Amino acid sequence: MSERKRPKIALLGNPNSGKSSLFNRLTGLNQKIGNFPGVTVDKKSGFCLLPSGVTAEIVDLPGIYSIYPRSLDEQIVAEVLLDHRGADSPDKIVVIADATNLKRGLLLLTQIIDIGLPTILALNMMDLVAKAGISYDLKKLSARLGVQVVPINARNGVGIDELKRVLSQPFAPAEKNTFNVWDEAKAPVRELREKLSVDNDYEAYQFLEQPNSLRFLSKSDRETVDHIRNAYNFFPGKFQGAETIQRYSVIQDLLNDVILKAADLSWKNTTSRLDRFLTHKVWGYVSFFAILFLIFQAIFAWATLPMDFIDSGFANFSSYLKSVLPEGPLTSLLAEGIIPGIGGIIIFVPQIAILFAFISVLEESGYMARVVFLMDKVMRKFGLNGKSVVPLMSGVACAIPAIMATRTIDNWKERTITIFVTPLMSCSARLPIFTILIALIVPNETALGFFNLQGLALMGLYLLGFLAAIGSAYIMKLLIRVKERSFLIMELPTYRIPKWSNVGYTIVEKTKAFVLEAGKVILAISIILWVLASYGPGDKLENAREYVLQDAANQRLTEQALEDRIAAFRLENSYAGIIGKAIEPVIKPLGYDWKIGIALITSFAAREVFVGTIATIYSIGSVGEEDEVTIKSRLREEINPETGGPRYTPAVGLSLLIFYTFAMQCMSTLAIVYRETKGWKWPLLQLTYMTGLAYLSAFIVYQVLR
Amino acid sequence: METPGNVAQMKPGEIAIITGFTDDYISVKLMEMGCLPGVPVRFNFTAPLGDPICISVSGYELSLRLEEAATITIVN
Repeated sequence: MSERKRPKIALLGNPNSGKSSLFNRLTGLNQKIGNFPGVTVDKKSGFCLLPSGVTAEIVDLPGIYSIYPRSLDEQIVAEVLLDHRGADSPDKIVVIADATNLKRGLLLLTQIIDIGLPTILALNMMDLVAKAGISYDLKKLSARLGVQVVPINARNGVGIDELKRVLSQPFAPAEKNTFNVWDEAKAPVRELREKLSVDNDYEAYQFLEQPNSLRFLSKSDRETVDHIRNAYNFFPGKFQGAETIQRYSVIQDLLNDVILKAADLSWKNTTSRLDRFLTHKVWGYVSFFAILFLIFQAIFAWATLPMDFIDSGFANFSSYLKSVLPEGPLTSLLAEGIIPGIGGIIIFVPQIAILFAFISVLEESGYMARVVFLMDKVMRKFGLNGKSVVPLMSGVACAIPAIMATRTIDNWKERTITIFVTPLMSCSARLPIFTILIALIVPNETALGFFNLQGLALMGLYLLGFLAAIGSAYIMKLLIRVKERSFLIMELPTYRIPKWSNVGYTIVEKTKAFVLEAGKVILAISIILWVLASYGPGDKLENAREYVLQDAANQRLTEQALEDRIAAFRLENSYAGIIGKAIEPVIKPLGYDWKIGIALITSFAAREVFVGTIATIYSIGSVGEEDEVTIKSRLREEINPETGGPRYTPAVGLSLLIFYTFAMQCMSTLAIVYRETKGWKWPLLQLTYMTGLAYLSAFIVYQVLR
Repeated sequence: METPGNVAQMKPGEIAIITGFTDDYISVKLMEMGCLPGVPVRFNFTAPLGDPICISVSGYELSLRLEEAATITIVN
């Protein structure tokens, strides 16, 4: 403990109270995401230099309506507040409240005050208060609550300096109590305070009320609490409703005293007019799908340019490294393993940035709550939530940002199901595989005059992915049994123009999280795959050139054709090739040979590699992936030695299409699921399920059609 | 007219007074969100598929599912 302790300041408040705006104001880009010990909730913190010269650590706690937790996120807040001796216990608390709707904010504030930590109230959205014609007697409010009150406007920064000034001064916990522990609870509370070191009655009362939020206590202490609870027949939750009523009646009296002028509700007119349109039977869905279409378009179209740029940039860098560094395994690892591995991570950044720009705008503007409102009934039937719509649709572009977007779903079960089924939506990386295989097996003709058959086939595959996602969600709904009851009691916030700097912070935060967290896993697997594809037993890889020359001695090959042959030979004799041959018996029932097997292995990490591997293995590597015609005609010529007919029959082609529709084949997705669910259980289940589904479906398709 | 009922039975535009709850678990959450006995509630509109619904209570807009709204008893 040589380092001087930084004061910890926790931000608390209702959702939509402007907490993240205040957090961004106080910390700027000086933010980091960590973990609360042992749990799956992100801890957002940052640093803020106070006028006193002290740098304080600002911790942004999840938005809550009360100290009684309903979700895991909320339980973390309860634990941080109850554990006055712990490392995460804040030295000061700022409760931020929406001044246009103070009543609900004060419920939380009075609970925090009663728990006995030094607290101040930041009254946010003072601009709207003025607009709504509300006027408060802030001095009286402060005196009645027993805490300092700082009016702020987190959006434009008004009052932030004053807030910092107040925070740099020492202040004590408020001495007033809003809530008095019930007579029946007094005896157990007293006994608890005698046996355990607890600061005040309400904290002790919370120990009795929240048996699940006491993981910070030692086992013996927890037993003491349980013992007291049993001895006095104290049922957690029994008096919670009565406590809420008592608090609100105190708050109502207080508000009657401090509100000098009440709101006239005309400032909400814009919101109700917008709602009449945006939740309309027809226009509501039309506008929703228009927005989805825009997002989808943006991810698909706008991201292409930077993605191509990143792609060629990393490819050029690789070949540059190869040309300047001495030849050897280290250069090869760098140029063919690590650099492409990092490139494979960075390439997703444009899509992630664009999706989160949109999501952040939807959240900030208040529209996201309306999406939930519109879609909840449909999605609920499938074990999903109104909020699952955005991740599912985004999954059509890329599952990685889509899965990161499931954060907005509070219900654990619904969020897990959404994460689980999102990769079944056909993402953009499946497109190159789909186009080549469809072109191979579906004639380029029109049916009924205007339906292009190939286009229909492609649409069918997207539909199939969607149906698989919805169907799997339904099955999981029946399988997962949790105590957590699904409910939707959600504020429909007033529409607001998004604050663009908050949008920027969200983009930076999400991109950073992806690159750093998922990147580690992706890089590791890239290196393993590089080793598998570059090394093999014996001398065949080192002396590939001699082997190929010997083999092709009597053929007249151009230099380029020879190089392609050598590349194919090396891949065939690498460990990846050997594994491809080894799994041939397993994939034979699907209609695949060892060459396709190799492509399955190499595209395990990223499905789009399939096309490149196929090109290499059929010795057409140098023609480039864009040259689909070459690949197509080469595939068409490939002969199945057993039948003497073409290798890529419609049965094989369709079996492959179905396989790639369902199979996971994307370690970036696995890595992000690992990060989002904070464990290997769900990614492994997902991998097994999707691979199993892919295998079984491809098997059935091939066996029926051949 | 004194017809006791619940919020799920209200029609758009109607205003009523909350009298109580029929589900303990959900009532706690509802009360935290400002649905308190004695407080007026206005039924604003339903989602296009009839569920969930939007109400005004304690000075703000709240959406909830019909099954939850049905646990809030009212008098108008």
